[in-house]
Amino acid sequence: MRQIDDDFRSLPLRRLADAALQRARELGAEHADFRLERIRAETLALHDARLEGALDADDLGLAVRVVKNGTWGFASGVELTPEAAVRVAEQAVRVAEVSAPINRERIELAPEPVYSDQEWVSAYEIDPFEVPQSEKVGLLADWSAALLKGADHVSARLLQVKEQKFYADSAGTSTLQQRVRLHPELNAVKIGESGFEDMSTLAPPVGRGYEYLTGTGWDWQNELAQLPELLAEKLAAPSVEAGAYDLVIDPTNLWLTIHESIGHATELDRALGYEAAYAGTSFATFDQLGELVYGSPPMNVTGDRTAVHGLATIGYDDEGVEAQSFDIVRDGILVGYQLDRRMALMKGLGRSNGCAFADSPGHMPMQRMANVSLQPAPGGPSTEELIAGVERGLYIVGDKSWSIDMQRYNFQFTGQRAYRIHHGRLAGQVKDFAYQATTTDFWGSMEAVGGPQTYLLGGAFNCGKGQPGQVAPVSHGCPAALFRGVRILNTVQEAGK
Amino acid sequence: MSLQGMVDKALELSRADDCIVIADHVSSANLRFAGNTLTTNGTMESTRITVISVAGRSSGVVSRSAVRPDQLEELVAAADRAAREAQPAEDAGDLIAGTEPSASWGEPLQPTDIDVFGRFTPALGEVFAAAERGGRRLYGFAEHTLTTTFVGSTRGLRLRHDQPTGRLEVNAKSADLKRSAWSGVATRDFADVDVAALDAQLAERLEWAKNRVELPAGRYETLLPPSAVADLMVYMYWSMGARDALDGRTVFSKPGGGTRVGERLAAIPVTLRSDPGEPGLACAPFTIAHASSRESSVFDNGLPLSPTDWLAEGTLAALRQTRHSARLSGLPVTPSIDNLVMEGPGDGRGLAEMIAATERGLLLTCLWYIRSVDPQTLLLTGLTRDGVYLVEDGHVVGEVNNFRFNESPVDLLGRLTEVGASEPTLPREWNDWFTRTRMPALRVPDFNMSTVSQAS
Repeated sequence: MRQIDDDFRSLPLRRLADAALQRARELGAEHADFRLERIRAETLALHDARLEGALDADDLGLAVRVVKNGTWGFASGVELTPEAAVRVAEQAVRVAEVSAPINRERIELAPEPVYSDQEWVSAYEIDPFEVPQSEKVGLLADWSAALLKGADHVSARLLQVKEQKFYADSAGTSTLQQRVRLHPELNAVKIGESGFEDMSTLAPPVGRGYEYLTGTGWDWQNELAQLPELLAEKLAAPSVEAGAYDLVIDPTNLWLTIHESIGHATELDRALGYEAAYAGTSFATFDQLGELVYGSPPMNVTGDRTAVHGLATIGYDDEGVEAQSFDIVRDGILVGYQLDRRMALMKGLGRSNGCAFADSPGHMPMQRMANVSLQPAPGGPSTEELIAGVERGLYIVGDKSWSIDMQRYNFQFTGQRAYRIHHGRLAGQVKDFAYQATTTDFWGSMEAVGGPQTYLLGGAFNCGKGQPGQVAPVSHGCPAALFRGVRILNTVQEAGK
Repeated sequence: MSLQGMVDKALELSRADDCIVIADHVSSANLRFAGNTLTTNGTMESTRITVISVAGRSSGVVSRSAVRPDQLEELVAAADRAAREAQPAEDAGDLIAGTEPSASWGEPLQPTDIDVFGRFTPALGEVFAAAERGGRRLYGFAEHTLTTTFVGSTRGLRLRHDQPTGRLEVNAKSADLKRSAWSGVATRDFADVDVAALDAQLAERLEWAKNRVELPAGRYETLLPPSAVADLMVYMYWSMGARDALDGRTVFSKPGGGTRVGERLAAIPVTLRSDPGEPGLACAPFTIAHASSRESSVFDNGLPLSPTDWLAEGTLAALRQTRHSARLSGLPVTPSIDNLVMEGPGDGRGLAEMIAATERGLLLTCLWYIRSVDPQTLLLTGLTRDGVYLVEDGHVVGEVNNFRFNESPVDLLGRLTEVGASEPTLPREWNDWFTRTRMPALRVPDFNMSTVSQAS
């Protein structure tokens, strides 16, 4: 178990929080919260086994959010002195006062127990920032060089983040947290006589340390060894015939469909219209809670901020709410939303389920996605058994292109590779494929989910939402699953060629 | 210590062969609203010092926020160490030599704050009240940011750029949320924003939408308004990297090797260009690169930027590239510039005149969730959003359902039948990253609406 770094712990966290919260109270705030954050990120990029770019950056600052006379006020700054913390608190109150004339909805927050002096650290072994950059570049260069034996070009990227947060609020909660995440990815390109194809590694981003690159949590050697041959097969593969197919979707692809068509659609701020002008709203409106048939009976979806190695996993959210796990879809029916404290109270849902997050000290917390995961069937089938149940279909592996409309109805996804299924067996790759569907039709067509042996935690570092725009890391676990009669496009034909 | 002083001090502290220091100060204020009421708001201020040390042909980059003067030595030492330990950089080259410092180099910062909305906020409140009376619900976002960047180097660079960026987006919906319209503007200071006029436009569009027409997927003659054109052209501009084209992995790669520069792409002789001095769209007149990547090089920091045609009279004229990729391609150095202008030949018609000249077609408002499907053709997918209107015999006769499209902007260039008059516009999807555009409306005879979206 790692500990919170001493150099963050030794910052004047409590002193600055006390100064800011005291000043906010003096100025009449009904509620105030304070965050001091440091987010360190290192990006390494290689092209054809040579270092192309390296950036080691951090984002350090403090933020004060207040409610005064029922209106939000938020301000942030970078100077870590009590005097500066007081000024930021004064700015936050000033923002609330300027904004009050155009606010018609009184801000009130759902109650939450007070947690004093709590600490939480994510599950990782090796801090990637303690590993010399030359060692990391060397590993990526070796992997790239191996792939170049079967590819024309290889790109390699490694994103590493360490997020440290201190939170305190006027109710008395104070939390100190640290988490680490990694996203390694390699992409190989092969150029043929009539075009090119590329293929990326399937290893998901994870809440682990550098051990993820050295054998814990993913078999890199095996994946890298197979990739050139798979890419060559894809380049030579026939173009898919457009039409309706049964699909077996691998968790390396399905996680993204879950993210877009369930994760975002069940964010209550979207369902209530608060994202209407930007990310959009949701077909899963609040009046349908408990009634909407989201999918078929095998569909059970949970939200959690507790999954080990999950990217949205945390001890306490950015409103001081303890991390939880909760149901979103049960037996195919919509039964829950992702919440923050304001919306939980507004809609009479009791306590928040802990989904508030701000991506930096410069941004105000908003409702962001929990790890939203499709549950496997206990004792359920293997991927091979799912494939065996398909007469004519495709097995789709790895995520690639994605797009969904602003109410989360209509989506289109591609993948890293697709295999034709013929009489229950894989029959080689096809290319130029995309699947297109309406959310409830798609999930309604899910005939079976795989067992726990097919379950994988996928995810992304860069889920975007809100204005000003914020990015959030999030994981989605899922088994392989079988869908009947999904529309497959031929993307070359779509391009009018 | 001022940021300029921090730059000078950091350069003094470096023990590397060469050093570049970039100091950024960002201040911003924002208001967000939904359903005719404020939802969130805030002000933000941040500083960042980026030290780029050069040792031989290697570089090391370390960037830290909220740096105190007493922390500079440690920051510079970390960058120097990173440079010494790094592999030789592929893009290594001579640093840009400094000439005269920017005239404003020594002037103090002038950050923005919530008071930038001093006149705008009351006007927004009045528009909320009018919308409430008119049965409309307004959603949107107003943001003003001022970014000041100082670039100094051991080769004498002392450059400064102050970049104001403002944007307002307003989305109006009917009370039942079934009809929706959008408008957005880019601004440098909010002094020129007329939110009441925007609301009036949106009210008219919601009226158009009262007559609902359901149409199936298919290929339609389509009028793309400037905002939609901006989103497609910005995506194409981002895809115009010379390195990737040289690698043979983009639509701008020539089969067998090289790039398609010099090839005619557009049926109509359109120009797509960038100019750091473009009136109303002014942006940094020199390269600012915090890290090297496919299309940027830290060695190019301070490189003067010149007006650049990407498409000249319908022909691909340049790709975005660094001095390094220019050495590889043998083409002129044409770095990225933070604005984009598209123009047709001669004086094009305004959108209203283009509507009047349409026998039957679709008029879009904007595009959304645009993503690459196939880089070989730059096939993009995405959605129409906040108003697709049916035009018949020169008049808007109703609102049509939304569609998912699958189209390539490169292919579209070859199928254009009309280019309208260019005007300043705000890209709907990409305005988090790119706001400075001037675009025409376009007429496409056969835009591929791949499927119907139920979203309203």
